[in-house]
Formats: sequence, C-alpha cells, structure tokens
Amino acid sequence: MRAAIKLESDLQLTRRSFLRASAIATGGLLVSLYLDIPVSAQEGNQAPPAKVYPPDAFVHVRPDGKIVIQVNRLEFGQGVQTALPMILADELDADWSQVIAELAPAADVYKDPFFGIQMVGGSGSIAHSFKQYRELGAKTRAMLVAAAADRWHVTSDQCRTENSVVYGPGNRSARYADLAKDAAHKPVPDKVTLKNPPDFRLIGKPVKRLDSRPKCDGSQKFGLDLDLPKMKIAVVAHPPVFGGRVKSFDDKAARSLTGVREVFEIPLANGSGVAVVAEKFWPAKQARDLLKIDWDLSGVEHADSAELQARYKQLAGATGNVAVARGDEKALDRIPAARRIVAEYEFPYLAHTPMEPLNATVRFDGDEAEAWVPSQFQTMDQMTIAQVLGLKPDKVTFHTEFAGGGFGRRAVIDSHVPREAAVIAKRLRGTPVKLIWTREDDVRGGYYRPLHVHRVEIGIGPDGMPSAWRHVIVGQSLVAGTPFAAMMIKNGVDNTAVEGAADTSYQIPNFHVSAHHPTVNVPVLWWRSVGNTHTAFVMETLVDELATRARMDPIAYRHKLLKDDAKKLRSVLDLLDEKSAWRKRLPKGHAIGIAVHECFDTAVACAVDVSLENKRPKIHRATVAVNCGLAVNPLTVESQFQAGLGFGITQLMAKGAITLKDGRVEQRNFDGYTPPYIGDVPVTVDVHIVPSTEAPTGCGEPPVPVISPAVVNALAKLTGKRYRSLPLVSL
Amino acid sequence: MATFQLTVNGQRKEVDVDASTPLLWVLREDLKMTGTKYGCGISACGACTVHVDGVATRSCVVPVSLIGNRPIVTIEGVAQDPMGRKVQDAWVEKDVVQCGYCQSGQIMSAVALLKANPKPTDQNIEESMGGNLCRCATYVRIREAIKSASQQLT
Amino acid sequence: MLANDRNLFRVFLITAAVFVSWIALLTRAAIEVPESNAAVNAAQRADGLAAWNQVYSVLTSPRCINCHTATNYPQQGDDRHRHFANVIRGAAGKGVPALNCVSCHQHTNADSTGVPGGPDWHLAPLSMRWQDMNDQPLSSAAVCRAVTDRSRNENMDGPALLKHHEEAALVLWAWNPGRRPDGTARTAPPLTHAEFVAATRRWVDAGTPCPKGR
Repeated sequence: MRAAIKLESDLQLTRRSFLRASAIATGGLLVSLYLDIPVSAQEGNQAPPAKVYPPDAFVHVRPDGKIVIQVNRLEFGQGVQTALPMILADELDADWSQVIAELAPAADVYKDPFFGIQMVGGSGSIAHSFKQYRELGAKTRAMLVAAAADRWHVTSDQCRTENSVVYGPGNRSARYADLAKDAAHKPVPDKVTLKNPPDFRLIGKPVKRLDSRPKCDGSQKFGLDLDLPKMKIAVVAHPPVFGGRVKSFDDKAARSLTGVREVFEIPLANGSGVAVVAEKFWPAKQARDLLKIDWDLSGVEHADSAELQARYKQLAGATGNVAVARGDEKALDRIPAARRIVAEYEFPYLAHTPMEPLNATVRFDGDEAEAWVPSQFQTMDQMTIAQVLGLKPDKVTFHTEFAGGGFGRRAVIDSHVPREAAVIAKRLRGTPVKLIWTREDDVRGGYYRPLHVHRVEIGIGPDGMPSAWRHVIVGQSLVAGTPFAAMMIKNGVDNTAVEGAADTSYQIPNFHVSAHHPTVNVPVLWWRSVGNTHTAFVMETLVDELATRARMDPIAYRHKLLKDDAKKLRSVLDLLDEKSAWRKRLPKGHAIGIAVHECFDTAVACAVDVSLENKRPKIHRATVAVNCGLAVNPLTVESQFQAGLGFGITQLMAKGAITLKDGRVEQRNFDGYTPPYIGDVPVTVDVHIVPSTEAPTGCGEPPVPVISPAVVNALAKLTGKRYRSLPLVSL
Repeated sequence: MATFQLTVNGQRKEVDVDASTPLLWVLREDLKMTGTKYGCGISACGACTVHVDGVATRSCVVPVSLIGNRPIVTIEGVAQDPMGRKVQDAWVEKDVVQCGYCQSGQIMSAVALLKANPKPTDQNIEESMGGNLCRCATYVRIREAIKSASQQLT
Repeated sequence: MLANDRNLFRVFLITAAVFVSWIALLTRAAIEVPESNAAVNAAQRADGLAAWNQVYSVLTSPRCINCHTATNYPQQGDDRHRHFANVIRGAAGKGVPALNCVSCHQHTNADSTGVPGGPDWHLAPLSMRWQDMNDQPLSSAAVCRAVTDRSRNENMDGPALLKHHEEAALVLWAWNPGRRPDGTARTAPPLTHAEFVAATRRWVDAGTPCPKGR
C-alpha cells in the first residue's frame, strides 16, 4: 500500500502550499495551510479569504489558553489523535494539559503529504506527518515569540518558551493566549530551526492518550453514535451472491411494521439491493428480515473456496508474472532432491470485522450535502458521495468521525458504504440518513484479505543455507481495475501480493518470485499489514525449517542469512536475543518459536512460548523487539505491539476464516468467524524498542505479521509437523 | 408499541417501543445513551454489556419486555459505584484503550467480575472476560488494569 | 439495610424450601413400599425398558443433552456444537461472573433475538452428564444408571423422576424451545411432552429398569 497510493500526489505535490496566520472572530491565533494561492497574494495582507468550507486550520491558540490542534487523520485506535498533537505541541512548547485534539474534516490541506490523498494507511500517519507537524509547531511558536519580542522591544533570540509562556529578559513573561492576537499579524516564517532530540519534552516520552477517559466512561461518540434531528436509520438487504441483482421484491410485511418509512431498490457498487429506511434501527432490521426478495443471480460467478484452492494450486505449478528474478533460475534444478524443500501454503479469505460496524450518515440538501463517516479515505469517500449526489466535492461537508477500529476496512476504493448512504439520502432529500451495516452484512459483505496459495521450492547448499528459491504466489489483486492499478501493479504483479517476499532482506543467490492474479467475483481489500499477512508467514516458517535442518539456533541462522545492510532487522534480532533469555529455560511441554520481519520500514522480532492445550496452541508469553526509528510515544508503540500481536492471532484461530460455498459466504457473525478473545492471546507481551533518533516509521501494521509464523514454528517443535494451511483447524 | 418503565442509573425512564426491541437499542436510540455499543447483536462480543439487577447482561439479545422492574446500570452510570470508578480509573491509568469501541463492555464485565471476586486469578480473568471481544486485542492491558483495580480494593 | 434484610429473608425462604422438600422426600421414602426387581415380572421389565428407550431418545435430543455435557461448556444447536463466546460451566453450572448463563438467557424465550430462556437457566451438574468428554452421548445403559443413581440425581426416586419430567421448568422448556435467531422454530424433542411423561410413567411403574451393558 505504501509505494502505492500516490495517485493524486503527483498533481498535489506540484501545487503550492504555504502557511498563513490569522486572527479570527472568536479570538486568538489561527495557523492554516493554504493551497494554490498565487504567490503575490501571500505578500502583505495576512487576512484569509472568508471561507467556511473547506477548512484549513491546523492550530488555534485560543484566548482562553486552550490550543486546538487539527489531526489530519482518522483516529481508530492507533493513537494518532495523541501523537500528532504531541509532535506539534513539543515544537510549540505548548502546555500539554491545555491541548485539545480534533479530527480534521475532509479537505485538501489535510492530505497525507506523501500519499497525496487524505487517508490512514500504509502505517504512514506518523512517518509522513512527523516533519509536517514539527514545522507547524515551530512556526506557530516563532510567531508568538516575535509578538512578544515586539512588545518588549527585544529580539526573538532573547526569548525562550515553555508551557505556553514566552519568557524575555528581565523576568518578563507573556502567555501564548495573550500574545495570540498580535502573533496573528506576524508573517509566518519560511524556515524555522527544529529542536534537537535532547530538547524534546513530549516526543519520545510515554504520554497517555487524550481519548482515554471518554472511551472509558461512554462519552466518546463514534460514527455509529451520531444522533441528528429527524435522522432516519437505513439498512440494506444485499444479494446473497456478490453482484446479484434484485429481480422483484415483496415488502408488504416489512412496510406494516411501525416506524418503517421507505423500502426501495438501490444500485450497489456491485449489483443491487433493497434499502429499508425506518425511524430506528430495530424496526429497520426487522423489516429487512421480513422482505421477500427474488434475486437474479444468473450471470454472476458463484465463487467457492474449495474450488478456488484447487484452481490456485494448479496455477502455482507454473511461473507467473515475474516480481523478482535474481541469479540463475535453473540453479534449483541442479540441486539433488535430498537437499530440496517443496512447500505449498494455503491462506483463506479474512474479514476485518472492526468492532464498530460499518456506517455512514449523509444529508442531501439539493445544492449541498453533509456527511459524517468514520473513514480512512476521507477525500475519496467525499468524492464518491459528491458523484452520487451530482455535486462538486467541496459542496459535501465531510466530518471525520471516530472509528471503532478499521484495519483497512474503512479505506475502500469504491467507497461502497458511503455510496449506499448517499444513494439513500438522495431519495430522502433534507433528511439525515444513518446507514448501518449489521455485523452480518460485514461478515458476509466481502472486501476480504484475499485467499492465497503459495508454492515454494528451495534448494539448500552444502552449508545449510538456501542457494535457490523459486516462489509462486497466487491470489487476487487488490487494485486491478481501479485507479490504483497504474501505481501499484508492475509487470502484471500487484506489489501488495508479493511484498514481504519479493523484497526480502534474506540473501539468497538464486531468487525468483512470481505471481498469478486470477479474477474472482469476491471483493478484496487490504487487511492490516496487507501482503505481509501471508508472505511473512511463508518466509519465516520456511527459514525456520531451514534453520532446524541446519541444526542452527534460529536467531543465529537468520543473522547469517540476512544481507549485511539489513540494519534494522539485525538490531531487533540482537535485542530479542538479549531480552528473551527465558527461552533457554522453558517448562516441560513448552516450545519457543521465533519470527522476524520488516515492513513499512519497521523491523520486528518476536519470540513466543507455546504449549498444547486441548489440541490448540496456548501462547503463554511473547517478547517483541522493535526498531521503528524514533518512537514518538513509546507508550502507544508498546500498546500497538502488545495488541497488534493479538490481532495477528486472528489467522491462527480455528474459526479464523471466511469461506464461500456456491457463491455464498458460510459465516454470518462472530460465532462462525471468531477472532481472538482474551484467552487466545499471551498473558504477557513485553515490548522492547531499539533506541533510535532516526526518522519514525510505522507501528500500526508491523506488529501483525510476526506472531503467526512464530507460533507455528513453536508448534513444529511440539508436534513435529509443519503447518502450511491456515486457519489452524486441527493440530 | 408498548410503554415500559425502566430504572437506568438510578433514574426512572419511560419508553414507548415495540416490546421485542432489545434493551441495547432502547438505551441507544430512545434514551440517547450511546455508551453501550452494538457490536454483533448476538451476544458474541460483549460490547453491549450492562448490569441488570447487578448481573452483567448482554443488552443486545434481551428484549426490553423481559427487563421488568430490575434496575439497569450502564457505562454512563457505573462511576456512581466506587467499584465502577476504580475500574475506570485503572483503565485510564494503564492506558488500555485503542479504538475504544469495546471498552464500555469490557469495563462493565470487569466490574461484575471484581464485585463477585475481588482477587481474580489469571484464569478467573480469562473466564469472566472470555466473552468480551476486543478487535484491537488490547487484552494484555485489560488484564493489567483488572489486576491494578483489584490491588486497590484492599 | 433494606436490601440486606431482603436478602436475609430470601436465604430464609430458600432454606425453608430445601428443608420442606427434604422432609417430603423422607416421608415418601418411609411410606412407599420399596420395589424390588424380583417383584417386577419379565414382561413389565421389557415394557419398562422399551419405555426407557423412548425416554432416552428425548434425554439425548439436543434440547436436553446440550446442557448435560461432560465438559466445562454447554452446547447449542441441533448439531450440538460448543457454545460460542467461550461460555463455560462455572462452579455452580451457572457460568462465571460477567459471563453467567443469565447474562443472556432470561426467564423466558426471547424470540425476537432468538435466545432461549427459562427460569434459572443453567447447566446440569456433572453428575448428570449424559455425554463423554468428546461430546458423544453416553449409551442408554450409562444414561439410565446416571438418572437412577440417587447419589447422583439429587436423591430422586422413580416418582420424583416422574414429577421432574412432568413439571420441572427447564424440562418443560424443551417442548417450548422458542425461535432461532433466523426466526425458524427450534426443533423439539422426538416425543411430545405427554408421550414423554407417559413413557416415563411406564418406566417408573416398571421399577426404572436399566439396560444392561456399559
């Protein structure tokens, strides 16, 4: 997803952008980012054009001392609503207790500086906005200092700042709040000097989340909690097979329920469905259950997991589109069979199932609209809503709502949930409509991590190290046929399917990775850590198998196999080695499993202590070593890794698979598709961060890939079997 | 439609709803108390947990008509109880939440556990919290927060 | 204080109720003539065994046996799969704090959400398990032994068993099992309640004979 989503960025990065300060009616200093203002306009007059939407503010130093910071990302658990304000507040020398963080609505200025669209993905929130938020803080501070210096007739460098106060010579001091009005008339400096890391007051320190208390007392509002005057609730009956269409429907019983307002057919991103609009959720859901719909399922492929697996296995027998071809492809064939491994892996479809069911609220007023969406793709969702309503995007005021998880599920290229909401809202002009996807809709609704088959043939050299590696990956492309394809598909290979394998840091002289991307009628999507969910599993279980065959320590073997310049990976292996001394004295019946992987520029090594309990893996503890550059908020980094490991365990659950039979999804809810509960994750996960002052890198996705291979590597020691098929149904 | 008298967080409320409506939706849509969450609708995730007459109850599967005169406590009112406040404080102290969506239910379950068993073992915690799903999987810190609240009870 | 008083009163009532039933059992045991196998002729025994087989077919139907497990969890559904969401037995067969049976199962069926219910919803004690650890139903002989063993069945003799089958609320629930979440009716046991009671009576009248074997 990383290299990936730059689609609008080529356009965006050529546009001029600059900061502007202004005083606003309610008082204080507002620092905003402007785009596309002619150079001449930035001289002289600092007053911004009168503008309600789209907004452009990043920092507002209010007269009451509060400092409101706009967060250009969705907060959905990753902690960015705390971390980005920390970065800005540190350079601003703001009083942290007075900082208020707000999620910015959709607007050009809030686009990811690297990707060029407003989004959360690719673990880029901190990595891409670190410098941006530091500069915003430092420039705002410079203006406040300049205002103080003017007032005291001193120079800026005679002043220092701390806790929202400027101090000058002779015991003079002024609060930011009192300087804000004057500062608003100061020019925004082009260049500022950023702090040296030892001067950080917040960055690199464990800071508690700003959203903790409201999320513990029930007061935090998520998208699903939205309540607007006259708002109606909508649910949609989706076709039982992807792409199916409504032939006819009988809504007599449905309409007879009290509170049901409208029942009508709507077009979907794929096929059509029937929308039910009611005063409240329960009548809407009950009415949907009472609909008698005759579906036209002819002409749509009825995908079937068993059939797909068989077909993919056949495809894996032949080389696909080449992702990487290093060395001699025939080298493998010259290695005697006794020194070869042939391994075939199977991975099922996986649903994201964030805790907050998918939802979007839209009100259409004819010449404008308003939307409230917990969205990872604000500007794209806004554009889709605008298209459906026949409006320009900036006529759709788009509010970013807090989301109860997402893991990629709220970053959807066809924006199908906001699209449905807009279609329904268009018909109910003037009335806000909250569309709710029930959990059943979510589990059966597609947009899954694709089903994959890998086939790997390895030739082992006399030294026990792999000398030839031929790797074929089969799975649907995430972006084929979308605007993302041009950037993400090269030589017929979707990078998201081969990342983590094709770009491995293991040094294998003859190394060939290719991919087939069959077209299947099941919508697929990036699932937290994307291709690494399966590639890391394949790479790390095979390398572990090689280490076992070579009778070498798994950490030492990996060190030997890594390229010299794999610095981050080496650093985490060393730290893991040091912190997992417990692995040398395991209780009887326990085994250790190791895995290491780098993705999103962050390296992670993991050791797990596993035993067998009721024929299932019991994971007692995990030790994790991380190199994510500078850890902006170590408390959040620790939390991401402790919990992200647990998210990765989804793949190991007995019911951790979405399966299709004759086009129909066989699971309905958490009873059939069961992610890990508390007893499925380790009691302790100790996280160790490699000290670093390098640029911060992602922490949202890198925790996920390592746990499954680590656990399965431990299981191999306990049962003597190599598990190459997920989920782990039986041991 | 029928009228029901409910006692929620010590306050009398009257609602006029279909008798089949689950308590969850009465709380969220009629009483505008959205701290109690919809996660699955089949009692598999625990996000909708409230206390009914002191019993941790999955409000998404209990029709309002079956509540009777039993008092209801939700996440919005649990801090009125010293135990509830302690658990919430422990959650903040341990920086447990990520997306936060499941945490109302987690906290309501934890309070019910600690009221019945102020000194839970790891196994007790796994069993009692075993029906509360956290998709972010913040379980390590949930466990720590329960232990921390437990220690403060002495 | 008021709540405490009420609790005390509740405890008193329960204690009193237990005492009364205990007296009743003692009295009945004293009055009834103990039946000996010898007194039951072969034909009656054969009829009793046939009746038992009917009773057994009900006891091992999903509506009954799903809560007579040998494991630490109940089952659900006609395929008798393990109950979802990690529901476990708990010390008293009523789940554990925060995950009690009554966290979901109310005093009556909740048909709009598909959750069955009845008074004091709980698991049968392990002494009344009718399955093995692999969730397979025990043999007819083994279930019969368990049901008739007064050291395991809360000291119920034949007439008490009959009364249990006639009147116990959770037994009666099996014939009023409510609707599944998808709105369809939950499967009832293979006999009607009247047939089940009649079969139990014949079996009890025959002296609660049990099949031989393991």
